[in-house]
Amino acid sequence: MLSYILRRVAIAIPTLLLLIIISFLLMHAAPGGPFTSERPLPPAVLANIEAKYGLNNPIYVQIVNYIGGIITEFDFGPSFKYKDRSVNDIIAHGFPVTLTYGFLSFAVAVIVGGALGIAAALKQNSWLDYFAVGVSIGAQVLPNFVMAPILVLVFTLWLGWLPGGGWNDGQWNHLILPVIALSTSYMASVARLTRSSMLEVLHTNFIRTAMAKGLPYKVIIFKHALKPALLPVMSYLGPAFVSMITGSVIIDMYFSTGGIGQFYVNSALNRDYAVMMGITILIGGLTILFNLIVDILYAWVDPKIRY
Amino acid sequence: MMVDVQKMEQLADNLAAQEEVVGRSLFADARRRFFKNKAAVVSLILLCGVFLFSTLGHMIAVWSNEEIDWGILGQIAELGAPNLENGHYFGADELGRDLFARVIQGTQISLMVGIVGALIAVVVGTLYGAIAGYSGGKVDNVMMRIVDILQSIPYMFVLILLLVVFGRSIFMLFVGIGLISWLDMSRIARGQTLTLKNKEFVEAAIATGVKPITIILRHIVPNLLGVVVVYSTLLVPQMILTESFISFLGLGVQEPNTSWGALIAEGAGTMQYGTLWQLAFPMFFFIITLFSFFFIGDGLRDALDPKDR
Repeated sequence: MLSYILRRVAIAIPTLLLLIIISFLLMHAAPGGPFTSERPLPPAVLANIEAKYGLNNPIYVQIVNYIGGIITEFDFGPSFKYKDRSVNDIIAHGFPVTLTYGFLSFAVAVIVGGALGIAAALKQNSWLDYFAVGVSIGAQVLPNFVMAPILVLVFTLWLGWLPGGGWNDGQWNHLILPVIALSTSYMASVARLTRSSMLEVLHTNFIRTAMAKGLPYKVIIFKHALKPALLPVMSYLGPAFVSMITGSVIIDMYFSTGGIGQFYVNSALNRDYAVMMGITILIGGLTILFNLIVDILYAWVDPKIRY
Repeated sequence: MMVDVQKMEQLADNLAAQEEVVGRSLFADARRRFFKNKAAVVSLILLCGVFLFSTLGHMIAVWSNEEIDWGILGQIAELGAPNLENGHYFGADELGRDLFARVIQGTQISLMVGIVGALIAVVVGTLYGAIAGYSGGKVDNVMMRIVDILQSIPYMFVLILLLVVFGRSIFMLFVGIGLISWLDMSRIARGQTLTLKNKEFVEAAIATGVKPITIILRHIVPNLLGVVVVYSTLLVPQMILTESFISFLGLGVQEPNTSWGALIAEGAGTMQYGTLWQLAFPMFFFIITLFSFFFIGDGLRDALDPKDR
């Protein structure tokens, strides 16, 4: 087990380094430096500014310094556009917002989706099953950028029940629409996965044995069937997390929640490479960490897996 | 028991006349199963409709996608609604441009991105996976670790970074989508290759001294086709989703070009003025097409997958 964890960590670290190097090189391949503007700066001033940000060093020195800054001080460097705030400030400002509704959406997707899938499998071919299957097929083609306008149209413009944007320190009514918009398609995927794996488990021999022994239905479902049925769902959590974080960019933009995605898109439009790079690396690091945790959990839960 | 001699003779004649029983090929079998699947057939028809719309739609369009209808500009909410008389079949957008022509153009670009992206994935992914699977051992290990590493990178962010750095163009979009789309395909192709490479016909090819690369191209890849076809019909909607995602943020295709994502974003931005048609038409085509691809993919999988007969 320990060697498996070590091996997984050994893959995770080069992945992160590769991501940092790729984004760093991309940033440097960009035409025009960060201080190119319509009114060119005098060469002496430009040289001074570049020296201040360390841009006059060779590129490998810059990369090593950047990585060193992240590791030792968790410092993603200054924003080249906004003199008064660093990338860290921006992350500190936007990240809690994204995390709040991201976590809620994740929980909704897993809990509601899982419950729906299990219920559908237990009552196969009932109206509940058809409902679950219908919802999961429908939600496949309703990604967050389709859901968000529809939700705002119905609940804000027509019914006027919920605010169509803003954050307001995470007040509950500002959370509902973003969470629904973000979680729907993942909820559907979780429901579909849970349903099919639960059905598969229910037809295995050990469940039949448990039935034949006359165990109570609840014990069979919760003690014997649930754990193996949830394994495939667990392996979906990693990819779901990635695409949810990606989806949060849409949510941030559309609902103006002030989350990290909004800064990301704005910096993309302003060519503020330092902010883009900082956010990309932060999210990449999170993704890798999350995948690592899921993999280790999976290996721990599933006795069939070989280390 | 009486034997009906006449009937027996007739039967014998019939048998003699019928030289050979007409066999059903694997493909014919699959086609029969596919056309039994109602959802898949309906989806195929709908998809053909969308294709026709995108290729022939401009013939019935009165306005081009760049013309501005000055007569209704500024009064889109009152005058820009879908109307058969003035030629704005789908209405007009807030700049007075004809939405019918814009939706045609968006459909063309979105479908093109989807199909080209899937094509890149099919070619690169299949070859990569087949080579990795066939080689086995260390080569396989290294090649698949590379896929692992690439897969755990949040590609949407890298894709946006790529688009910002190298300029937003359809070409860059293709490059960016092509870079990430083949990863899943290579895994699937590899898995399939692993089961294929121990088959007798591959052994025979090795025994007769065929070069590995020829074995991969001539013996392995054709046998992967079933899986590849099924998976690529599921890849097309994924590519369309990716492109729409980026265009929705305003980072994808640039004006005057447009795509479903950009049109949906426009519609979503103006819906509070009551110009709902701007949201409804692009969304309709988007949803219809995605639905169709998913159902066709499902139908093909059921038809081609010998496991579920």
